[in-house]
Parts: sequence; C-alpha cells; structure tokens
Amino acid sequence: MVANLGYGALVITFLVCLFGIGAAYYGSRKNDHAWVESGRNAMLLTWPLLTVSALSIIYLLVTNHYEVDYVASVTSNSMPFYLKVTALWGGQAGSLVFWSWLMAAFASAVTLRKWDRDREFLPWVVIVSLITLAFFLALIIFFENPFLRLWQTPTGITTAMWQPAGSVPFAPSDGNGLNPLLRHPGMIIHPPMLYLGFVSFVIPYAFAIAALVTGRSDDRWIRITRRWTLIAWLFLSLGLILGGRWAYDVLGWGGYWGWDPVEIAAFMPWLTGTPFLHSVMIQEKRGMLKHWNMVLIILTYDLVIFGTFLTRSGVLSSVHAFAQSAIGPAFFGFIGLTFIVSLSLLLRRWQELKSEARMTFLLSREALFLLNNLLFLSIFVVCFWGVLFPLISELFSGQKVTVGPPFYERATGPLWAGLLFLMGVAPLSAWGHSTIKTLGRAIWKPALFSFAVIGLLLLAGVHHPIALLGFWLCAFVAAVTLYEFWRGSLARHRRSGESLPVALWNLAGRNRRRYGGYIIHLGIVLMAIGIIGIELFQTETQGTISQGEQITLGNYSITYDSLSNFDTRDGRNVSRAVVSVYRDGKYVAELYPRRDYYYESQQPMTIPGVRSTWEDDFYVLLVDWQPISSQSATFKVYHNPLVNWLWFGGFVFILGTLVAAWPDKDPEPARVRARKTVYAAT
Amino acid sequence: MNGLRIPFWITALGLGLATLVAGLYPPGASFAQEPTPRGPTEDQVNAIAKGLYCPVCENIPLDVCPTTACAEWRELIREKLAEGWSEKQIKDYFVAQYGDRVLATPPPRGLNWLVYVIPPLAILAGAYILFRAMQAWRRPMPAVKEVDTAEIGAGDEYAARLEEDLRRR
Repeated sequence: MVANLGYGALVITFLVCLFGIGAAYYGSRKNDHAWVESGRNAMLLTWPLLTVSALSIIYLLVTNHYEVDYVASVTSNSMPFYLKVTALWGGQAGSLVFWSWLMAAFASAVTLRKWDRDREFLPWVVIVSLITLAFFLALIIFFENPFLRLWQTPTGITTAMWQPAGSVPFAPSDGNGLNPLLRHPGMIIHPPMLYLGFVSFVIPYAFAIAALVTGRSDDRWIRITRRWTLIAWLFLSLGLILGGRWAYDVLGWGGYWGWDPVEIAAFMPWLTGTPFLHSVMIQEKRGMLKHWNMVLIILTYDLVIFGTFLTRSGVLSSVHAFAQSAIGPAFFGFIGLTFIVSLSLLLRRWQELKSEARMTFLLSREALFLLNNLLFLSIFVVCFWGVLFPLISELFSGQKVTVGPPFYERATGPLWAGLLFLMGVAPLSAWGHSTIKTLGRAIWKPALFSFAVIGLLLLAGVHHPIALLGFWLCAFVAAVTLYEFWRGSLARHRRSGESLPVALWNLAGRNRRRYGGYIIHLGIVLMAIGIIGIELFQTETQGTISQGEQITLGNYSITYDSLSNFDTRDGRNVSRAVVSVYRDGKYVAELYPRRDYYYESQQPMTIPGVRSTWEDDFYVLLVDWQPISSQSATFKVYHNPLVNWLWFGGFVFILGTLVAAWPDKDPEPARVRARKTVYAAT
Repeated sequence: MNGLRIPFWITALGLGLATLVAGLYPPGASFAQEPTPRGPTEDQVNAIAKGLYCPVCENIPLDVCPTTACAEWRELIREKLAEGWSEKQIKDYFVAQYGDRVLATPPPRGLNWLVYVIPPLAILAGAYILFRAMQAWRRPMPAVKEVDTAEIGAGDEYAARLEEDLRRR
C-alpha cells in the first residue's frame, strides 16, 4: 500500500516534470506569462511529491517491510532506528530518490526568488532544472525502482512492482542489513553533503543556459548564482573532507585519500568548480572570459552527472557490467546530449560574448587567475584520464589495469605546488595593472619570512627536499594571506582611526567574498601541512607479539595487554584488543583497536585505535590474533605526523566558505544613503 | 602604531611553526623491527604488498586488504621472500598469474603508454592555448582607464586600490 503510494508519487512527479518543461517552453516561445507561471508551479510541486515518495521509503525501511526488495537489501531487524532512516541513501535506488528530492528542493527554492529583473531567465531555469530532474526520475522509475516487491514463483524469487501471474508475495523474515562500511556517522553525513554539492551546481548551470538561450551577454547570471555556486562548492568540499575523515576512521589503512575512482568521481566537479569560482570574478570585474566561464560551468554540470554515473552504473568494476545494465547507457546518453546541446548553444552566442576588456599585464590578477585555471584543469585532466584509462584498456585490449595512487601523486604533485605558489602571488597582484615592480614591493616581506621559516626547519633537522619546498610554499601563502589582512586593517586604521581589531572586522565584513576566500586559503595551507606530514613522514610497522610484549616505532611503543571477544545487539562480533602506548618510555594512553565482524553481511571492519595530538596521530590496527587463547596478536602501527592539521584546516576551510557565502543584509536603498551623505556634508 | 611592534601575522605564523617543528621532531623514521630467525619480517612483506592490488577487491592495496584471500597472498609473498626471491621476481610472478592489474600503475608498454602520454600532451596543449590567448590580448588596444591612483596620492596607492576593490566587489 505504502509502496504503491511512493511509486505513484514518483510517476506523478515525472509527469509533472514533463508538463512543466512543455509549459515553460511554450510560455517562453509565445511570450505567454501564464504558461511560464504554470511551469514554475510544476517545478514547485515536484518537491512535495518527492517528499511523499521519500517518506514512503523511510516508512517501509523503519517498519521492516521486507517484502520490498530495497528494504530487504539495506536493512535488517537488528539495525537501530537512525540507521534504518539513513538507509534511504544506503543503496542505489534509494540514493537516486534522495538525489532527486534534494534536486527538487534546491530548484524549488531558486524559483521562489524574486524574478522582477530577470523574468526572461525564469522559463529556462525551470526547463533545465526539470529536464535534469526528469532524467533522474526516469532512471528510478524504469531501471532502479526502490518499490519493487519480492514474489515467489514456481521458478524462484523474482522482483516486480505488480504481482506476476502464478506467484505469491514473498517476505523474508530478516533483511541483509546495511553495508557495514556505511554505518559510520561520517558515512551517514558524507553522501548527503556530496549530493547537496552536486545538485546545487545544477542551479548555476541552469542560469548559464538561460543566459545563452536568451542571449543576455552581461554577467547577470553570474551575479545571481554567485551565492548558489559558493553553497554548492561548500557542500561539495564538506562532502570530500568528511569522506576523507571517514576513510581515515573506518577503512583501516592509515590514510584519508586513496585515489580511488569513486573518490575521484566526486573530486572532478570540484576541480572544475573551483577555477569557475575564481574566473567568474574576472568576468564580474573586467567583463572578460565569458566563453570560458560558460565552458567551466557546462563541464562542472556534466561532471556532476558523470560522477553519479561512475559510482552508480557499475562501470568501474567492469565495462561489460556497464554495457549490460540499462542505467549505464542512459547516463552516457544524457551526459553526451547535454554536453553537445550546451556547447552548441555557446557556439551560437560566441560573437555576443566577446570580452569587454583586454589583458595587458601578465602579472595582473586576471592573468594569474588564468594560470590557476590552467593548473586546476590540468589536475582534472590527470584525474579524468586516470579514471577513464582502465575502462578504455579493458574495452580495447581486454586487459584490466590499475591506475593507482603513484600515478596521481606523481602527476598532480607539481601542479598542486604550482597552485600553492599562485595562491601566494595572486592576492598581492592588482586587477588590470600589475608589474614586477609593484608586485615585488608587496611580496618581499612575506617572501623573506617564508625563507626564514625554511632556515628554521633546516636547523630543526628537516632535510627532505620535497617537504622543504612544500613547507616553504605553505609559509609563503600563510604569510601573504595574513599580511593581506594586516595591511588591509592597517590602511583602515590609518584612514578612519578605528582600532585594529575593529578595522579587521569591518574590512572582512565589507568584502566577505574576498576575505572569506583568504580564510579558505589559510585552510588550504593548514591542510597542505597535514598532507605533507602524513604523505612524506608517515612510518609504519607490523608485528606479532604475545601479551606483555612490545612493538616499537620511532619513539613510540605499544604493549599488548589483552583481547576480548563479544557479540553486540546490532549483529556484530567484536574482537577488541587493549594496548598501552608509550612515548619515550613514558605511558601516554590506552588504545582499543578492534575488528568488527558483521554476521548478516559476513564482512569484517577494522577500526583503529588512535591517539591524536597536534603533533601526530599514533594509529594502531588489530590485524590478526590467536583464536581462543588470544595469547598473541598481530598489530599494524602507523605514526602519522601533523595529520590533525589536515582536519583542522578542513574546518577553517569550511569556515571561510561560510564567511564568503553568508547572505548579505539587504543593502540600504540608494536614496537613504544619498540623503545621509548630504547630511554629512552639511 | 605604538605597542604593535610585532604584527599579528608574524605572531600567528611563529606559533604555528613551533607546533609544526614539534610534530616533525624527532622524526620517527627508524623501523625498530629486526629480522627474526624465522625469516622475512611482516614489514618486508608489507613493503612489497603495498605495491600490489588483489584482483578481487577493487582498488585496495594488498598490504591493508582485510580479506582472507589477501592474507593468503601475503603469506605467499612471505614464502617467496623466504625462498630468496627478489621484489621484482615476486611482482613478476603475480603479474604472470593474474595480469597487469595487480600492479599499482600500468606497466609502460603497448596501449598503456597512453596513460602516461595523454595528460602531459593535454596540459601542454592547454598551456599553448593560454599562451596564444595572452599574446592576442597583449596586442595594442585602446587604453582602459584603471584606478587612477595618482589622484589619491602615490603614498596611499595600496589603500586606494583596496578601497577600489572593495567598492567594486
């Protein structure tokens, strides 16, 4: 019954989408506002309808309706309530519904804005959003229906929406349960954040297409979507950071990022979205790069779809699995179609999008931003090709290959270094006009400071050349960024006599995008320090020891104290070791590395015991143990220097994005401001 | 300006630096484990396993893969090491058994060359396009009047630019 309700809501939403697309298109062609308004109402209707559908799934999940295939595959009797709710995005079909629900929410929110100045955009924003939504709904309804039920036929168990002839309903007494990897709090929040990032990038794309179709060549679409883009970027970044933290806590390999195709799939839209955030500023300030910004947002949109496709079609495990599933070719077709249509629209408007200004100085801010774009796109190319190549290889030579971390690290390392360097130089260069002389005058103090840092590091015994280069870049960017805050507030302090903290506050408040951006840069520097620490200075050892014996790593050592084994109520068998950690021979902590075995899915999970400080993480994994007596056990031990700077940097990064994206108060009407000036003058 | 001899940006950086140095020092780089009479150490096995991928579990290096199959593979590496095989011999053995996919990066031969050639080519092409575009932009053009700092006074150039930037945000 509830399954029928949810399915019905999906089908109706799909029809409403089709109607909305038609109505908005007709209204725009005939210049008939009533039809456009009808399209907009269709858009607004999708969200409540999809809410019904999503709530139906949640209801089925929490009430153990195992006759529904999706419910049986992602939940089980022993799962706690909150996990049953989050199982909505724990499987393929449910996560597509969740995606669509978020998409509908964002698109509805944007259609609720005031459209007075941009009426001509409205139908096209509605059309683009609804086409995207309709595509995902079609995937759900035709290929990945979460409401399919299980039926017992003479030949076995089958799934169908309606009862097949000669079958009886079938309901298992328990489900398979959620994949243990997805039961971690990080994994519960991480997918929604990524999805939010994904769906909100549809909004700037929709406006870009609206601008192309209507032929508005100014930067209005960028100004309207500036905040949307920042919010999309915020969620995407947050999703990536949380994903890293989850991997570090749960996957049990002592790392946070493995250059796995699934990770890269989510990373690629970020790699084109970030240069977009930078290069739109050139269009706003100088009226340049109009074509390029279009290309970037089109690329970002299609990468969002491509990312969903990579993770959802099974293409990564095998090209042939992709060819057999219906969902893969559908995705492929949609990506190709939207890409080609968007690019042809852009070509049609090519002449109208000419630059209003010229780039005359190679050290101007805009020229450096272009270099930043080149570097980001280069990293994107490396990632894109690295993910694609195994598929191409399998397709053409039948040989599967692995493109693993060494490839990405070697190829992107120098590019990241280049980006860090630009992050240090660009904030000091001026829009339009900048020369070696003007830049040199601003740069020498931070540069001097960064070299002093390297001197200190050398004295402290750090001799790793790549680490020294990396730390120099970090010191340089941090110095430049803090120096920018400093000289900005000093200038205000001198002009207006405000105290320095007040001047700093007001400065940042007057242009939150600029200073929020600088805070983001600081976050990146902190993250880079953490990454250099763990990537270049991580050490590890593994050993099998008896109770009371020690494993030593650097100046740390652990003693194996005991091991206990017990069942939990949520269907796990837990083997939990107790180890004591010593640093320089002094006891510092007790850790509990453990191995959880999930009975339902028959999967083990290795959960590390970690001692975290600002300096390092001491990370202990329980690899193996002697059954029954547990006299001896095998531990893998990692020393991860500076890794917590990565997480703290992530926090600063998000804070900076919030500062930049926080909505402005309504600016004072111009009339009021003018009157004030008159009073002040008299 | 009195009483502000050390700007806050230097203080903040100094504090950060102190923690950083503490984190890296003393560098715990030494492996304490010594070879036991029983044969190769687990670290020696892991060092080789790190560069191998099992054909079943996707994208998980062999040294950290928790499955039983992978544990058996590690055991196999240990046996081979005990027999005196080199790292290269062991890797070649795995490639012969399970194909190129067990290696962390494709061996540079045949079609695999593409994986190493395409990205640099694409990046160079991008750089070339950017270079040409910049050349085109630098051709003489009607002067665009920028922030006129002279009016405000040369000494206050930065403040003027900042004001201008903030005004035009």
